[in-house]
Amino acid sequence: MSQNNAATASTRNQSTGVTREGCSVLLDINDGDRLVFARLSPAAKLKIGNKNCSLQPLIGCPYGSLFQLETGPNGPYLSRTIASNQVVCDLSVHISGNDAEDRRDSQINVDSRDNRSLIDNNRAQGLSGEDIEAMKREGARGDEIIEALIANSSTFEKKTSFSQEKYRLRKQKKYAPKVLLRRPVARSICEAYFKKYASKIGFLRVDALSLLLSMANVSSNSDILVVDMVGGLLTGAVAERLGGTGFVCNSYLGQTPYPMDIVKIFNFGEEICKRVVRSSISDLLLQKESSEQIPQHDGVCNMESPTDDQMSLSVGVEDISLSSGAETTENVMIPATRVCKFTKAGEKAQQETIDSWKENGFSSLIIAAPELDTWTLVRDLIPLLSNSAPFSIYHQYLQPLATCMHNLQLGKMAIGLQISEPWLREYQVLPSRTHPCMQMSAFGGYILSGTKISST
Amino acid sequence: MLANDPAKKLSFKRCISNGDLVIVYERHDNMRAVTVSENSVLQNRFGVFKHSDWIGKQFGSKVFSNKGGFVYLLAPTPELWTLVLSHRTQILYIADISFVITYLEIVPGSVVLESGTGSGSLTTSLTRAVAPTGHVYTFDFHEQRAGSAREDFEKTGLSGLVTVTVRDIQDEGFPDEFAGLADAVFLDLPQPWLAIPSAAKMLKQDGTLCSFSPCVEQVQRSCETLRTSFTDIRTFEILLRTYEVREEKVDKFQRESDGSNGSLPCKRRQCSDGSNVPISPIPSVMARPCSEAKGHTGYLTFARLKCLS
Repeated sequence: MSQNNAATASTRNQSTGVTREGCSVLLDINDGDRLVFARLSPAAKLKIGNKNCSLQPLIGCPYGSLFQLETGPNGPYLSRTIASNQVVCDLSVHISGNDAEDRRDSQINVDSRDNRSLIDNNRAQGLSGEDIEAMKREGARGDEIIEALIANSSTFEKKTSFSQEKYRLRKQKKYAPKVLLRRPVARSICEAYFKKYASKIGFLRVDALSLLLSMANVSSNSDILVVDMVGGLLTGAVAERLGGTGFVCNSYLGQTPYPMDIVKIFNFGEEICKRVVRSSISDLLLQKESSEQIPQHDGVCNMESPTDDQMSLSVGVEDISLSSGAETTENVMIPATRVCKFTKAGEKAQQETIDSWKENGFSSLIIAAPELDTWTLVRDLIPLLSNSAPFSIYHQYLQPLATCMHNLQLGKMAIGLQISEPWLREYQVLPSRTHPCMQMSAFGGYILSGTKISST
Repeated sequence: MLANDPAKKLSFKRCISNGDLVIVYERHDNMRAVTVSENSVLQNRFGVFKHSDWIGKQFGSKVFSNKGGFVYLLAPTPELWTLVLSHRTQILYIADISFVITYLEIVPGSVVLESGTGSGSLTTSLTRAVAPTGHVYTFDFHEQRAGSAREDFEKTGLSGLVTVTVRDIQDEGFPDEFAGLADAVFLDLPQPWLAIPSAAKMLKQDGTLCSFSPCVEQVQRSCETLRTSFTDIRTFEILLRTYEVREEKVDKFQRESDGSNGSLPCKRRQCSDGSNVPISPIPSVMARPCSEAKGHTGYLTFARLKCLS
């Protein structure tokens, strides 16, 4: 029995295990130095350093594939390399920056070499810039240049194996950049944004996002009300958990929906997209019978006006490169035609759906709206939940949540109220060299969670 | 606990009926799971509660005892279940659980292998994440524990989505029938490195693995083994700091009207010589971290199967 179950249930990712034209991907360049969201097409280009290369070779490859930038007769191109056990392929601690260089080698502990005789006079390297240029012109591969640099370095042999690896990695980044093909999912999208563009997602760290989803009991066939002012990350993460069942209702104050461009980075199929709907909070709060007299703000709510195709294209490619200046501009060029037409997420919720929410209540509420007053928002939205429904509210400041919690307690609107703050520490784990990473994110946000109770 | 039938949305508007599992909430640190049975009663320090009074009430309702004491009846969720389940082993709590689900990239339809089952705290959340079309296969070498877990999943209504098997994964590895079928593997074993080669065999391309270990020596050894066929090996520790919120009355000092209107900072001499008088206390909501917290649960080591094809 278990066998059959496994076989039928495992069909989920068969269509998404490999990239296809038009799909969105996350490109990790040189172990997290740069993170680029791109939409794959034969004409899409990625700029690495001063070289422009086509993303064509990435189409049809499994996620997790590794590419190296090579220079051929027709210019630079990305060539697939198979991961070996070599250091260059080990991304084990890549997010932690310098620690990536801090590699294994148990011999390091007995290594008698050190840097006592190192003189920093910039004469250690025998190869000149012209020599390297000449090698490149003759079509030398990146790896060959690195080997040549090592062979001509008078200090390399005197380095500890630890700093030899550091040297090799530094040269690899320059002469043989790597591109790792990643699947854009809530985890990778959140991490990429947090690392490079935290303000765009309200400084919501991946562990805080995880807690929001768990604490609000996001599960299939449920209707989740969200107020998402973190660019659509929350909406996307909820939709991913719903897997094409239930609804995530992205609600907004006033007439204009909050941007949810990040939803487009997830590779959602039509099934999931049509479960992502929008509604203004005032429409949700209207009494059921009077709702028909209210003008529907179709044009505004839909936001996908004629210009939209253009917009979503530019959105599909978000370069969140850390490097500033020239490199950040136009790293990926996207053709004007989109090959795969994805159903848009975020259509306006239909009246009958809204009515059913009014009838049954939402199964939970998640708020990540740093720009709105937490308490008044919660006060208005809590009555839209069914009784016993859990909720979770994110904020990067403590006080708005404290005030909200206090008022919920006074109003006897909810129980099990708690403010929590996650603390996340990454470790470098290497033989005899295990310790917490030198740099860490000191703050991931606060979460207020609780359960709505019956007011009668 | 979950709505597996799309026709029946997860809505707590539904009324409590005989045979339902409810979470009886006394206080945030005092809850228990009760199966409603028409003729039963619940007895606690607040008095005697008749189950028959509960039937027909909505989840989230306040119910009263013979002595006028009250409790709330909540619909079970994996988070509440983690707080009320009977501990047959150490269990995972919400911070670790929620991080594991996201980091393993578990979504509806995923196939997840877990060992050991333990008390089924994580299993419950894994099951919620794979529903409605995925499946969790969980293994424990302890026959009685596996049996109790099965009963629990029956009770929480998850049995269609989770299969409990008695098996020593460290010794025998995962069953071959799952080879190449798992989206994610979770290990909570004393010697996880023994199970890692088998886990690698079970995973699909780009599949994810997590190993939970309380001791750093376990992590050390696991990571060494992982390097053979995994990439993206990362170890984390996640903890929660909770806050208490209180309204305190604080006295506000105001200078007695002396014309200067306080626009200039008052000099220390003036402040202490009685020219300031307290006026009526002002309520102010304040928050501070709770004094006690879990200092350690375990290290979470994540890895991704190397892409070789």
